[in-house]
Amino acid sequence: MATVELRFSALPEHVRTARLVAAAVARRAGVDEAVLDEVRLAVGEACTRAVGLHQHVGITAPVKVALIEEEKQFSIEVGDEAPHAVPGVKTSGDAADELEAEEDEMGLAVISGLVDDVEVTAGESGGLIRMTWPTAPAVLPPV
Amino acid sequence: MDLSLSTRTVGDRTVVEVGGEIDVYTAPKLREQLVELVNDGSFHLVVDMEGVDFLDSTGLGVLVGGLKRVRAHEGSLRLVCNQERILKIFRITGLTKVFPIHTSVEEAVAATD
Repeated sequence: MATVELRFSALPEHVRTARLVAAAVARRAGVDEAVLDEVRLAVGEACTRAVGLHQHVGITAPVKVALIEEEKQFSIEVGDEAPHAVPGVKTSGDAADELEAEEDEMGLAVISGLVDDVEVTAGESGGLIRMTWPTAPAVLPPV
Repeated sequence: MDLSLSTRTVGDRTVVEVGGEIDVYTAPKLREQLVELVNDGSFHLVVDMEGVDFLDSTGLGVLVGGLKRVRAHEGSLRLVCNQERILKIFRITGLTKVFPIHTSVEEAVAATD
């Protein structure tokens, strides 16, 4: 199982909690101090996106965050249960949906700008963002 | 840490001093503040971000929204920020080209274009 797992109701006020926990576990796992701000921001973006997707579709299920410490790397998985969250596929064209999609893409843009190793998957049963950082100082990318 | 907001007038500019964390939970308060200022006729805003500890894309969205509102009245929205970790998110998203970013409130207030 993951080193630490979090489940929280899809409410904006809990995103901060997820950020704080993720940063604390990342620090313990040996992620470089200089990168912790990026970890905090990236996990916040992923959770914000998940909360938005759940609220948009009216899902009561919690957002899941898994913090996984492995040899020489640290991964964070943020999972949502929103269906049709397939990137680039629009299900309808009204203005609210488009605004939602724009914010969604902004969050993803920030994540992909921040994190070198990121995988975004989505399908009928939900989506998952997996972000990985090295924990061995020798392989840290230049900041 | 929550979000703190205070406003003051310097000449024809309104300085909004923001402190704390701007994220999906607190960003609506900043949005309300900016909307209120514009509705009250303040079209030249300086947002002082020196006290901001955290900013995410939701916060960026609110600032872009503010910029759109003041521009509709031929106004301006300038930012004051020296913190590398906050500046980084503006760079990643290309928003350094959209917002004039100053190193001090004095500089932002004095700036014309």
